[in-house]
Amino acid sequence: MAEKINYKEVFFNPFSKNNPVVVQVLGICSVLAVTAKLEPALVMGLSVIAVLAFSNVIISLLRNTIPTNIRIIVQLVVVAGLVVIVDQLLKAYAYDVSKQLSVFIGLIITNCILMGRLEAFAMGNRPWPSFLDGVGNGCGYAIILVIVGFFREFLGSGTLFGCQVIPQWCYDHGYTNNGLMILPPMALIVVACIIWVHRSRNKDLQEQ
Amino acid sequence: MDRIRPNFEPGGKFEKLHSVFDGMDTFLFTPRSTAKRSGGVHIHDSIDSKRTMITVVLALMPCFFFGMYNTGYQHWLACGITDNLPFWSLMFYGFLAILPKVVVAYAVGLGIEFIVAQIRGEEIQEGFLVTGILVPMIIPVETPLWMLAVAVAFAVIFAKEVFGGTGYNVFNIALVTRAFLFFAYPAKMSGDSVFVATQPMFGFGPVAPDNFTCATPLGQIATASSGDFTLHGIGDTVISSWDAFIGLIPGSFGETSTLCIIIGAIILLASGIGNWRIMLSVVAGGLVMGWIANTCATPTYPASYLTPVDQLIYGGFAFAAVFMATDPVTAARTNTGKYIYGLLIGVIAVLIRTYNNGYPEGAMLAVLLMNAFAPLIDYCVVQANIRRRQKRLTAKLS
Repeated sequence: MAEKINYKEVFFNPFSKNNPVVVQVLGICSVLAVTAKLEPALVMGLSVIAVLAFSNVIISLLRNTIPTNIRIIVQLVVVAGLVVIVDQLLKAYAYDVSKQLSVFIGLIITNCILMGRLEAFAMGNRPWPSFLDGVGNGCGYAIILVIVGFFREFLGSGTLFGCQVIPQWCYDHGYTNNGLMILPPMALIVVACIIWVHRSRNKDLQEQ
Repeated sequence: MDRIRPNFEPGGKFEKLHSVFDGMDTFLFTPRSTAKRSGGVHIHDSIDSKRTMITVVLALMPCFFFGMYNTGYQHWLACGITDNLPFWSLMFYGFLAILPKVVVAYAVGLGIEFIVAQIRGEEIQEGFLVTGILVPMIIPVETPLWMLAVAVAFAVIFAKEVFGGTGYNVFNIALVTRAFLFFAYPAKMSGDSVFVATQPMFGFGPVAPDNFTCATPLGQIATASSGDFTLHGIGDTVISSWDAFIGLIPGSFGETSTLCIIIGAIILLASGIGNWRIMLSVVAGGLVMGWIANTCATPTYPASYLTPVDQLIYGGFAFAAVFMATDPVTAARTNTGKYIYGLLIGVIAVLIRTYNNGYPEGAMLAVLLMNAFAPLIDYCVVQANIRRRQKRLTAKLS
């Protein structure tokens, strides 16, 4: 690479300025699907961080040996292998969460964030910055997931990580959980609110 | 009003509040300025959107007053009192039941409108005038006020202000409010214990027995297990189609009486504000679909045993046809489009009601769905027209 890579920027940009979910609007499907509760959202976030970081490193190591015309296939094979490992680990050590996430761990393969990072970054950079990029983007994704999961579980079920946080006397006085928060449409609206807040804080991201 | 005006002009004492002042001023008097004549032709008319709104509110009044009476009536029945019903007490009870909801709906909705208008530095938009009265009329009488406030805030912010305010909204605000309540708090929005007021309002009125329940006619039909059912009102009285037409049945506040809705429709049509094409085609769609459902009625879907006319008078169908589907902002604009739009609303409303036992009433969802499709219908109609004329032109030239 001719230009010098700023490691700090590579790592921290995806957190806010170039967040994969709220700026690039990638991976929305899984944001809608797994965030009804905080726990699966967190596990999903961690899984994506792991898969993204390691697939980035592997692709980056192989980048000079992969023929260009079959690079997507190679990338898919690497990601698929890692996803299977993560899936098996979850099944072994966190079976309940794995059941809740069901097909969505497998669908990490099709998550646009992964292919995007592999194509855009790992194919052209050395392993260490690729690793940072993977972790950074994974974290950016996970942060949004956790925020959305927090609001949806808090308002939709009155719990956080399965523990009751809204005291019983609220329910006795007529408070009711918002059932709409459990349904996927509300995840879209919560993401939209996050984008709204994010854009109003980062004026340079606003479109004309 | 004119005396205090200078305070609100730019540079005046209350410059920040100018939109509030302006809103109040044009609400009470005719606007002081209309569109400037700047080259093009403007039609100057005394009807601005505030007058339109007021007419709609007037058209809603028969339903509103009847709703007050019916709320009291149902409550008295629930308490086991069936004869010598005190008319004014019933009215007053219904008034007390609806008043807090109207106040909350207006306070929350207008509050948000005022704030947004201030932030944007625009005039206050008057669209909430109708929404604020519609919302309390289409929700069950037992809806808690805080839920209403949350739902109104949600609807005004997410269905209206983010789209740009009055006139830009894709979906009908009142129906979004109801849909929010319906999906967020299903236990409070359907079932057999929310449509009849059981508690005294502010200490006024008798107390109903504990655990009192009475479902709406459509609710009873949806849970009926076989084809032959009789609909029961409170205290095992049988509900006939005539009762449903007059409106003395359990249901949301303003939608029970088809008679009053027809009066409202006449007001809207006579003043030229409601659109007869939409009303007509919604009714036609409902009748057609009701007839289809009725001819191939099965016990699996008990609502299919209703006659087509009954489909129209039970539940919120008539109310949706007259007051919801005709909302000029969210309906289709072209005349052909209006027929298609209305027809599909009628068909889908009966379709949902009949073939989805989970949703006893489909009018709300039908109108919202068609709101989403209205621009597409318009687009197709306009394109078809362009193509037709183009063909004519090429035929003439060749």
